[in-house]
Amino acid sequence: MSQPGAGSRAAQYATNPPREMPKRSGTELALLAFAAFIVTSAFVLVQANQEQELSWDVVWYGLAYLAIFAVAHLAVRRWAPYADPLILPCVALLNGIGLVMIYRIDMAQAERAISLSQEVTENAPRQVLFTVLALALFLAVLIVVPDHRTLTRYAYTFGLVGIVALALPALLPSSLSEVNGAKVWLKLPGFSIQPGEFAKILLMIFFASFLVAKRDLFMAAGKRVLGVELPRARDLGPILIAAVACLGILVFEKDLGTALLFFGIVLVMLYVATERIIWVVVGLGLFLGGALIAYQLFTHVQQRVANWIDPLATYDDPGGGYQIAQGLFGLGTGGVFGTGLGAGRPETVPEANTDFITAALGEELGFVGLAALLMIYLLLAMRGMRGALAVRDTFGKLLGGGLSFTIIMQVFVIVGGVTKLIPMTGITTPFLSYGGSSLLANYILVALLLRISDAARRPQPAAKPRPQAQAPLAEAHTVMVQRPQPAEGGRTE
Amino acid sequence: MPELVVQLTRAGFLLLLWLFVLTALRVVRSDLYAASGLRVNVPSFRRGKERKKPRGSKTPRQLVVTHGALAGTRIALDGRPILIGRADDSTLVLDDDYASTRHARLSLRGDEWYVEDLGSTNGTYLDRAKVTAPLRVPLGVPIRIGKTVIELRP
Repeated sequence: MSQPGAGSRAAQYATNPPREMPKRSGTELALLAFAAFIVTSAFVLVQANQEQELSWDVVWYGLAYLAIFAVAHLAVRRWAPYADPLILPCVALLNGIGLVMIYRIDMAQAERAISLSQEVTENAPRQVLFTVLALALFLAVLIVVPDHRTLTRYAYTFGLVGIVALALPALLPSSLSEVNGAKVWLKLPGFSIQPGEFAKILLMIFFASFLVAKRDLFMAAGKRVLGVELPRARDLGPILIAAVACLGILVFEKDLGTALLFFGIVLVMLYVATERIIWVVVGLGLFLGGALIAYQLFTHVQQRVANWIDPLATYDDPGGGYQIAQGLFGLGTGGVFGTGLGAGRPETVPEANTDFITAALGEELGFVGLAALLMIYLLLAMRGMRGALAVRDTFGKLLGGGLSFTIIMQVFVIVGGVTKLIPMTGITTPFLSYGGSSLLANYILVALLLRISDAARRPQPAAKPRPQAQAPLAEAHTVMVQRPQPAEGGRTE
Repeated sequence: MPELVVQLTRAGFLLLLWLFVLTALRVVRSDLYAASGLRVNVPSFRRGKERKKPRGSKTPRQLVVTHGALAGTRIALDGRPILIGRADDSTLVLDDDYASTRHARLSLRGDEWYVEDLGSTNGTYLDRAKVTAPLRVPLGVPIRIGKTVIELRP
């Protein structure tokens, strides 16, 4: 028991929990290849159904796609070898399907533009460019952040930058920040970005770190009323600030979706940190109050609700239910099995390649295809949550949970809006829809998720200080204080 | 394109999408098994490699008591869990004031044996480390329970 070399041997079996997760980068590569195959066949189908001869475009897009994700895969292998093998393929498939759909809508719009002799704007090549940029950013995050816990050091900086980025479009004059009525842009010469998308991640890092540091505050019990422990009034500060900030976004930036998303994230992270349902109740109460106030005060909120309740009634009004109704017609045309890729008419829905891309996909792939895409989102978020559950530090758990929830929340808000489950709020569908900022931000999000899942599955470092510290105690043999009666001789069975 | 081909490709693409989802779910399932310690059921494209590994030579076949009143006792391992303690129905019944009634359990998960402490008073030690959660037991490493020391042998 005290032979030399026991210490080094102790490391061998002192793995607890006794899980030796396989690395599985082979699985990831195989799934990526599968995703590439699906995307390429989708591309070929679109071209064939559009009665075009197969052009060299197929080769160009297909190869670009493969190269991009091969690089991403190698980078994950190199810098996050234990990362979850499902996250990247899911993202790759969603992004690829999105690219195909954007290309398909481009073609339809080009046809229409030619018949009306208008200018043609091609979105697909830009989206490919955004994807490349996003992947570069993805790699940068993986390399620069070797351990997600380092992020806590910059938490307050991130929080400040996030707030500034969020508030910037509201403070700038409309000419620099307003597109289609939503003041969420930052128009720079040559291109424009939505700083809110990035602020989302920065603020999440801040909030996770803040909650880890101040968790006791939220756990402190207040008065019991009707058997429910209410939080103390002064602890309501952060959630009130979040609510006010979201209302601010609503008022100054006229962006319903972002406000909803932010509030949801704050609520869920608070709940994950404290496990107290009362915070969700308080948050939902605040949300209902805010929604009622917003409905009373703002005409654009009233309009959205009116469009939601009956899109056909406001079909002809400017800013009315035309868009939602067209989206629903599209989904209805698709039915259960869809019209087939390239065989529908998704371009009749305004904004078919951004907000309403799920309507376009629903039309061409039908309920079955859309359900598969939603399943992929679910898998993505589930794997993220799993990483968050398994990771050993609280900050990682909170951040991972928040990031995974963000994906699902975005999907819920936009798909719910398109399918008329909830009022339509303009928000991007992660990875699918056209838009540089959203794609870039979501790739950063995925890089962080991969980083967390890598930390969760990585075997603990062999050199554990604990056995050494305990050695004297563990080494000591049991000392008999009093001689017991002579043993009767044991039995074995 | 002919109508038939359109219909076939339409269905085929949906099938492909769902195939992707199902493949992903298979990976999830195999991960669940890995986490619970059962044999990893890796999706088909890697199974061939897994099978080839020779495993037979290093598996423990018997449990040997090396110190204590029962020194020299051997118990053949047949895959069923081994209960150790003063209780009469234990596999290895210890008559030792420093052992608890139900002291420890050795159990097979996958093809590794794990020792876990069943809430004993004086604790179970795997080599020099106190067993607080199931620990993998390599061959020839002593497990100390009260005055008794046991180890696994091939």
